[in-house]
Amino acid sequence: MDWHRIRSDFPILAQQVSGHPLVYLDSAATSQKPRAVIQALSHYYERDNSNVHRALHELSARATEAFEVARKKTARFIGAASENEIIFTRGTTEGINLVANTWGTQNLRAGDVILVTGMEHHSNLVPWQLLAQRTGATLKHIPVLDDGTLDLAALDTLLTEQVKIFAFVHISNSLGTINPARELCAKAKAVGAVTLLDGAQSVGHMPIDVRELGCDFLAFSGHKMCAPTGIGVLYGRMELLENMPPWQGGGEMILSVTLEGSTYKPPPHRFEAGTPDIAGVIGLSAAIDYLEAIGLEHIHRHDHNLAVYAIQCMSEVPGIRILGPQSGQRGSLVAFHLDSAHPHDLVEFANTHGVAMRGGHHCTQPLMKRFKVPGTTRASFYFYNTIEEINRLVEVLRAANQFFS
Amino acid sequence: MPLSEELRDLYQQVILDHSKNPRNRGEIPPPCLHAHGDNPSCGDEIDVWLRLSEDGQNIDDLKFTGQGCAISQASASMMTQKIKGKSKTQAAAMREDFRRVVMGDGAPADEDALGELILLEGVQKFPQRVKCAMLAWRAVEQALDSAKA
Repeated sequence: MDWHRIRSDFPILAQQVSGHPLVYLDSAATSQKPRAVIQALSHYYERDNSNVHRALHELSARATEAFEVARKKTARFIGAASENEIIFTRGTTEGINLVANTWGTQNLRAGDVILVTGMEHHSNLVPWQLLAQRTGATLKHIPVLDDGTLDLAALDTLLTEQVKIFAFVHISNSLGTINPARELCAKAKAVGAVTLLDGAQSVGHMPIDVRELGCDFLAFSGHKMCAPTGIGVLYGRMELLENMPPWQGGGEMILSVTLEGSTYKPPPHRFEAGTPDIAGVIGLSAAIDYLEAIGLEHIHRHDHNLAVYAIQCMSEVPGIRILGPQSGQRGSLVAFHLDSAHPHDLVEFANTHGVAMRGGHHCTQPLMKRFKVPGTTRASFYFYNTIEEINRLVEVLRAANQFFS
Repeated sequence: MPLSEELRDLYQQVILDHSKNPRNRGEIPPPCLHAHGDNPSCGDEIDVWLRLSEDGQNIDDLKFTGQGCAISQASASMMTQKIKGKSKTQAAAMREDFRRVVMGDGAPADEDALGELILLEGVQKFPQRVKCAMLAWRAVEQALDSAKA
């Protein structure tokens, strides 16, 4: 793989920030976009822009065709049995809220248990808290061990038949932990619980096959995998989707409407009220083509190598504490705390050297409390990052140590 | 590694010293005024404790606790030194002057009164850090307002 050539597909990376070459280490927040995706968007707006499904003219036919091809492509990309199991959303957050508000409201009762983990992003925690409040269900979580992995011993006591849904993150955005999704889904299935996998950090970073993983729902965002912001996907097993009530009402999701009432389309359209983010879907489609041309296996291996190299070099920086698993399989991000500087001061310092990182609680406040840190600094990588950039990061960390102490 | 001038201005030695060795750190036992300030987006937190004079006009004592970035902690430490012993009116005037300095929003009315707080003017170049510099000041204002209620 010629990773340097691949890097040159990303126009944004060839710029200077604060007088230094940009070192973009914030892909866990949002990834950069390759030229192919940017061009797909302008091509769409310059030639095919039209509303989907509703008109008989040529442009609408083209837009609708591209839109539904993207659905098929997405289904294949994650191993879904049918494109009708692919619901386009605004992102991971909306996908999770959709499940909580439809399946959740329909199926949860007082006394039921919603199970999550102690490493969830707020987007896979708050919707369940709201659901628990609405239904009287109880929210429980699997604790996180010191090494940043889940306490699987506690799982067996927590995963009882009272658990109706087990929602968990595939790759932690704050620790880099890759949770054993297949094993967890199998255990949940054994007690009759439905599973929702938060794939925000995993889809686009590694091969994903929902049928092999055995999850009932998978939510992910386009913008973390080279697609535009504003587009995401909720996968749901058809057996579940077809029994779920609509969430938002409006155009496009109905079969017939009278002043008294309406009947609804089957999935996925039942869950896609209103004009969708058509351009976003076109961009997602281009992003999938782009990632598949490189190969998800290659991307996963390169991501992993970057993370391993980063941990190895960063561990030698005095006063550093790296959170999450230090060895074995892990996601391509390293969250850490430097004794000499608060995360925000460090991020500011790094920025003046052209290095873009994120500092703070990363929308995982319970996890920060768990590890007794006010926040961390996070360097997150994608396949366009290089070993040289990690070397640059380490130089900056050493310089920060000198500057702040 | 060369450092930018803006960065040196933002993190002057005096500021780093205050952030590492904060003055007037701690709590004041009741009765006193107290307020908690935080920046939810970044997690910085400051608690301030104030003891007013008997006539309620003077800030006789002032302490703070909290955690956060160097700017929020240094600003809190330097603020306590400057407004301890001042009247509420003087403190309010200094707060407005300090706001002008960190936001680059006109000249302060009494620059001398601000003393070394003026060193935080480097924040002007970093607009996202204004809320860090103002955190302790907002907490003091809130504590004083609670006395009115």
